[in-house]
Amino acid sequence: MDVSKDLVAASATPLVLALLAEGDSYGYAILKRVSKLSRGQLQWTDGMLYPVLHRLERLGFVAARWEASESGRRRKYYRITRQGRAQLATQRRQWQVVNATLRGIWSDVSSPMRHGMAPLLPGS
Amino acid sequence: MVAFANGGTLEEQISEWRTYLRRHQPIHVQDVEELESHLRDQVAALVDAGLAADEAFLVAMKRMGNLDALSREFAREHSVRLWKQLVVAPDAAGELSRPAFVESIIMVSLAAAAALAIKVPELFGYHLWGDGQEVYARNLSLFVLPLLTGYFSWKRRLDKIVCLWLVLPFAAAAVFANVFPFMPGSHTEGLTALHVPIALWLAVGVAYVGGRWRIGSGRMDFVRFSGELFIYYVLIALGGGVLTLFTGIMFGAIGLDVRWLAQFWLLPCGAMGAVIVGAWLVEAKQNVIENIAPVLTRVFTPLFTAVLLGFLATMAWTGSGIDVKREVLIGFDLLLVVVLGMLLYAVSARDPLARPDAFDALQLLLVVSALVVDAVALVAVAARISEFGFSANRVAALGENLILFVNLAWSAWLYARFLSRRGSFAALEQWQTAYLPVYSAWAALVVVLFPPLFGYA
Repeated sequence: MDVSKDLVAASATPLVLALLAEGDSYGYAILKRVSKLSRGQLQWTDGMLYPVLHRLERLGFVAARWEASESGRRRKYYRITRQGRAQLATQRRQWQVVNATLRGIWSDVSSPMRHGMAPLLPGS
Repeated sequence: MVAFANGGTLEEQISEWRTYLRRHQPIHVQDVEELESHLRDQVAALVDAGLAADEAFLVAMKRMGNLDALSREFAREHSVRLWKQLVVAPDAAGELSRPAFVESIIMVSLAAAAALAIKVPELFGYHLWGDGQEVYARNLSLFVLPLLTGYFSWKRRLDKIVCLWLVLPFAAAAVFANVFPFMPGSHTEGLTALHVPIALWLAVGVAYVGGRWRIGSGRMDFVRFSGELFIYYVLIALGGGVLTLFTGIMFGAIGLDVRWLAQFWLLPCGAMGAVIVGAWLVEAKQNVIENIAPVLTRVFTPLFTAVLLGFLATMAWTGSGIDVKREVLIGFDLLLVVVLGMLLYAVSARDPLARPDAFDALQLLLVVSALVVDAVALVAVAARISEFGFSANRVAALGENLILFVNLAWSAWLYARFLSRRGSFAALEQWQTAYLPVYSAWAALVVVLFPPLFGYA
């Protein structure tokens, strides 16, 4: 199932920040992790991750550094900043509100969906 | 989506992809490196999963997404970059390039050296605005062009033998500009002052292309560089003018007259230093913003064509001939220089493989109308040249006119062949780049032969 573009875009920031909160990482690894966590259902166009990372860097939520990898190639690693963690906490509260609201409605209308959408949302 | 379908090894495919990406302005060298690192990780993972290298590359490419859309995304995020990078000059591209801060230091020192060099003759009693005026005029380019050549020799890591050869033209220029016993206020002296820089510009070019002078594309790069440097120089000069103005006003407000500062320091030192700074800026930003000279060409080609055609039509309509004054040739030389400049910058910015379009036809029209106007002027001048006599100025102007006329006439022919699909655009490009040394050779001739030939008058 494809998650709509808008939803992907909206969830990108909390997802990236949450993943970086687990530990420093680089673009390719972040994408792998997202794909694995969503069981392949959350597909990003690979290239589009980088403008997002750069935006977060500009906003001061993440910091970047270049490091040589095992293969000798340089890789750009990203680290979440304190500001980023604060932002993550805010976003998390917002998503929880959305999530809780949707859950409330969906349990009321006795699940019109045969296979749920809820597990896709972070924080659940 | 761009097709990378011409096979080749994985490395070739990746390098082709990289080149394509680099052409996108908002994606910077470092971003390309980051994306390439991603692409390689992806390819490696897919190969591990059992795909062949070329299949893996295609899949990884597809997952990376449409490059044009990606480029737009980067542009949205980094719109300020285009301007910010003007001075920062990141260049992680080639291993050959020097660290940016070292280059900045070298640039500042060279600019300072050029600014000081112009004050050196004062130590020997020659004054820029006084009795040393002629000395300054003849040697003006020698204060800065050797330093500019040095900058490029350093930057391109020219080998020592080429560097030694490059000393030669400057030494020769220094000799020929200074040994002749010019008469006070003579025309040949003015010609020398005018032609030394043109002759020496070729030496700068050899250093600029880093010894690739025999390759046409290297020369074309030098043409581009020259145009951009000119534009930057004019902009810096404007800024300098504003600075001078404010200095004057502010010190005037506290009752001090600082005209001497502007006249003896700001103007001459700034004029020299700006050449180096301008060259450095062109180097620093060549990947960042689209070149300006071709854009100006696009704007002014239709306008100049309209003026020239209007001029011809008016002349035919009213039947009035050109009023041949003594120095009328200089004006038409300048016209040809401008038209040639527009042709050169149109050529330099054009994709040689693209099909001819309306702008090409317009360009041809411009060249042909300039040729017709010039021919009319030449006929008028020729009819009365015996009356005027062959002074140094007139022979020089006539020679230049001839050189430009030959260039433009042959260019028009090649352009016409290209438009009628019987020739390639590359032929025109080759002709232009091959012709470059002719200008310098003629300028050198004027510097070396004219003063004795015309009795230093």
